[in-house]
Amino acid sequence: MEEYFASGHTACAGCGMPITVRHALNVLGKDVIVVNATSCLEIVSSAYPRSAWGVPYIHSLFENSGAIAAGAVASLRVQGNDHTKVVVFAGDGSTYDIGFGVLSGMLERNDDVLYICYDNEAYMNTGNQRSGSTPFGAATTTSPAGKVNHGKMQWKKPIAEIIAAHQIPYVATASIGYMADFESKVRKAKDMKGARFILTLAPCVTGWNYDSSKTIELAKLAVDTGLWMLYEIEDGKFKLSLRPQQFKPVADYLKMQARFKHLSEEQIKTIQEHMNKAWAEMK
Amino acid sequence: MKKTVEVSIAIAEAVKNCEPDVVACYPITPSTHIAETLAKFYADGELKSFIATESEFASISAICGASAAGGRAFSATSSQGLALMHEVVYAAAGMRLPIVMVVGNRALSAPLNIWCDQQDSVAERDSGWIQLYCESAQEGVDTAIQAFKIAESTLLPVMVGVDGFYLTHTVEQVEVPTVEEVRKFLPKFQPKVKLDPENPISMGEYATPEYYQGFREDVHRDQLAAKSRIVEVDKEFEQVFGRSHGGLAQGYRLEDADYVFAGMGSVIGNAKEVVDELRAKGKKVGVLKIRSLRPFPGEEVRKLLEGKKHVAIFEKSYSLGSFAPVYADVINSLYPLRKRPVVSSFIGGLGGKDVPTKTVHEVFKMIKKREPLEIWI
Amino acid sequence: MKLAIANPRTSKENKTGDWRSFKPIVHTENCIKCGTCASYCPEGCISGVDKKNIQEREFPKIDYDYCKGCGICANECPKKTIEMVQEEK
Repeated sequence: MEEYFASGHTACAGCGMPITVRHALNVLGKDVIVVNATSCLEIVSSAYPRSAWGVPYIHSLFENSGAIAAGAVASLRVQGNDHTKVVVFAGDGSTYDIGFGVLSGMLERNDDVLYICYDNEAYMNTGNQRSGSTPFGAATTTSPAGKVNHGKMQWKKPIAEIIAAHQIPYVATASIGYMADFESKVRKAKDMKGARFILTLAPCVTGWNYDSSKTIELAKLAVDTGLWMLYEIEDGKFKLSLRPQQFKPVADYLKMQARFKHLSEEQIKTIQEHMNKAWAEMK
Repeated sequence: MKKTVEVSIAIAEAVKNCEPDVVACYPITPSTHIAETLAKFYADGELKSFIATESEFASISAICGASAAGGRAFSATSSQGLALMHEVVYAAAGMRLPIVMVVGNRALSAPLNIWCDQQDSVAERDSGWIQLYCESAQEGVDTAIQAFKIAESTLLPVMVGVDGFYLTHTVEQVEVPTVEEVRKFLPKFQPKVKLDPENPISMGEYATPEYYQGFREDVHRDQLAAKSRIVEVDKEFEQVFGRSHGGLAQGYRLEDADYVFAGMGSVIGNAKEVVDELRAKGKKVGVLKIRSLRPFPGEEVRKLLEGKKHVAIFEKSYSLGSFAPVYADVINSLYPLRKRPVVSSFIGGLGGKDVPTKTVHEVFKMIKKREPLEIWI
Repeated sequence: MKLAIANPRTSKENKTGDWRSFKPIVHTENCIKCGTCASYCPEGCISGVDKKNIQEREFPKIDYDYCKGCGICANECPKKTIEMVQEEK
């Protein structure tokens, strides 16, 4: 198999992000251009004079990937290249927060770009600071568990829904714990035109603080507890990809990670109820 | 063919005739008419693409992506727009992306002010971009075309400064080269490297302390090397179109002058007018036009000013808490001389404050003495 | 003129295997060549079982030059045929 994301990258042992990238690229093949936001992914893959990438790659800044990609694809198309796919890989910091305005512009213009956000739920590149994606209750260095506050006191921003409100052709959520589902979503998005967005949960060993062997187990458990919903919104039509037969308790997921270790039973209950409500609202 | 047209429209037409692959703009006074005109060209099928972005930050990012993918790319902005682009301005130069941007020069907030000065682009002078400032409408049109040739042969992005309103909004007779004419001067863009699945290199790598400084130094060395390229391109332009605009820096009635008015942009036109009047009265006075702020033509300025008695620099920006920027560069350039002219700094025209020819006459009276002055006129 | 560009896959010069404190050992007797280990390996350093065609698959071969010893392969192996053994240093 051709390597599009090579060994020798310097991601932490057990990191969920390279698993995401490797599988996405295996589906996308060689005729792509990767645009990468400043992130863990950028740092571990593109330290001069080396690169892990086996496909053309550009990193510019933290918050401009959507526009770099928009310009790159416009440039390719006017030069007569109507086949090469432009793909963004960005973390949640860049997607939910600092690069959100630029991303929104890209979506509104329906630029022919596949945007994949690997979501590890905090600014992990700078050492685990809270982002708009950090879930309720998670302790980060800027939402620490203290005497008054118990980690992040706000709910996670519903980014996929916000993106879907731009009425782009394709929005999907995925988890590397359900790899076949993720791959099939990338495959579907690959051959569509216009702006496509896939949000993938990619656990972070150091930030979430769990044993490095548990990355896939956690990514699966996030789905099985119902905390991470897998769905697609294709041309405005919502389709659930998976409804767990029997929801596992959210505590099973939370208790595996030290970022939630300070939570009281009461707070865990709050999270469970919030999750139950979200599913109850689903038909 | 000469036509009477608003200068922004003429500049947009010149840019269109350079056949850019991607134009991305966001409206901001006083560069908006450039964006609007290019958008109309795209709507009429005369421009290959036009991305109407949601911010200036996205505009410059989009043209960086377009350039990296092998296309010729352009944007225009002013003031707050350029300030919002700041992060990308540095990245574009560091990544050696030969993009071109016209800046309709305007004051920076606060207080909010939409009128002309040059603080916006002067504030970006350390970024690695080549910066050319235009004296006249025709120079704005011609420099926009020259900029692509300079950028693409040096792999340094080029910013073309045209004074907001004074140049962007005046209606003048200008010559706008046609596509066919531009083709005689500007070859097709042949990128040295680009994003290409057949040759999958990585661009925009990050550099550790071991490498970072080397990249910065390299941009500086290439800036200095670009001095000769700017002069050459102006000459090549003259061969095709019969017009040149002074390369890096140019004297006007300077050879036997004892007193000199110096500056950048449209103020040079006023200064020349006053010099003609004073020369008619037998005064030995001339003008030094600085066209290239970066790379700064230190040696050229030194040669042109050697032996002069007093140089008055008109400045449309200021490094608050320090000195006026052009003044500081001129002083540095003159330092190696054993006998240096007196240099004075006249800060005027900030936020559109009028600098009429009457004021230039007053400045001439002030520099008759041999003591250096700094005056906010 | 220097450009901050790099050639593809040059990261292979980084031998990240020396980060490892636990080493995965494959006990092939129970291995069903399902490829789960290779699929989930963050380093992409498990070969042999990554072929599409099951007939062509071999037992997993771990490239210890790059394996960081995260243990995902051992944790995810449905047959529990991969053992994490403390590195001797």
